[in-house]
Amino acid sequence: MQSKLQNIALAIGILAGSTLAQAQNQVTIKEPWVRGTVAQQKATGAFMQISTDKDVRLVEAKAPAAIAGVVEIHEMAMEKDVMKMRQIKGLDIVPGRTMELKPGGYHVMLMDLKQQLKGGDVVPITLTFEDTKTKSRFNQEIKAPVTALGGGNAAMPMKPAMEHKP
Amino acid sequence: MNIRLPVSIYRFGVFLLVSMGLALSLLACSRNETSDAPKFKGIDITGAKYGKDFQLADTDERVRTLADFKGKAVMLYFGFVQCPDVCPTALTRAVEVKRLLGADGERLQVIFVTVDPERDTNDILKAYMAAFDPTFLALHGNADQTRSTAEHFKVCYKKVPTGSSYTMDHSALSYIFDPQGQLRLALRHEQSVQDYAHDIAQLLKKS
Repeated sequence: MQSKLQNIALAIGILAGSTLAQAQNQVTIKEPWVRGTVAQQKATGAFMQISTDKDVRLVEAKAPAAIAGVVEIHEMAMEKDVMKMRQIKGLDIVPGRTMELKPGGYHVMLMDLKQQLKGGDVVPITLTFEDTKTKSRFNQEIKAPVTALGGGNAAMPMKPAMEHKP
Repeated sequence: MNIRLPVSIYRFGVFLLVSMGLALSLLACSRNETSDAPKFKGIDITGAKYGKDFQLADTDERVRTLADFKGKAVMLYFGFVQCPDVCPTALTRAVEVKRLLGADGERLQVIFVTVDPERDTNDILKAYMAAFDPTFLALHGNADQTRSTAEHFKVCYKKVPTGSSYTMDHSALSYIFDPQGQLRLALRHEQSVQDYAHDIAQLLKKS
């Protein structure tokens, strides 16, 4: 009897544990897109909407070396009608408020591009998040479709809403 | 918790002050520059002492000046191709403005002046314009010509290193010339397609 209870307790513990482990990655990324480029163009931006169940910080972004040599997180700001763009160390994302990476604000900057990005191409991007409390890090990969240059300032209309969950 | 409350109030206070200051400075700016009746959505700079003309090469190395575009409204924008954000956004907007103008859209000439002539070669500029609208024209000069043209239009730009590369800070205003070649308006990046189309339609109507 004792051991049965223990087993149940253990089972519950494992269940709870696995739920916790899952909860660690509760970051949802929607509508990722990359702005297309022309041949020889060396830089462009990736945009997306990030929401989370717990306080996290986007600390790093990576793309395959065959696509972009350098990937940074950037902030764009307009100061007295002058556009300024800067690399930032990280981007805090809090529950209940979707962090929009969009033209006019934040973006993932893809630099040292190795190839032209055409409409319909897909760029895999690995985002590294840090749990604000525990400082533990986890990765999340997204596949960002390319919106052809001149094709607008948003993700191309997709079939069902593109969603990336862990 | 006891400590956090005053801090957040303090922060909110600072935020309020900063936003009030911003609002005031914006008001002051637009008041200075909008002396005429507010029939335009953009900043009316009719009669400005600057921005009289330019002399820069197009992607076929022909030298272009404002006189080449007489009879058309000209939208002049300074930017660079490696820009992930405002430049493509501005050009995408220009495409929509042209469409919104309907038949009058043919009488709008969009001109993109690169502030990054080092990287923006003719091939890149040509392909970049074609991606938006093949009638859009890209102009470039050497470093000195670019500098003096920008100064003449009160446009500032600056190279900013990032990683192993660089980006450019730059003014993001669009200048609008009327079909007689007079500089009339400056539109801000935050303004809507409708604002742009409205103002350009006004300028085209009068000619």
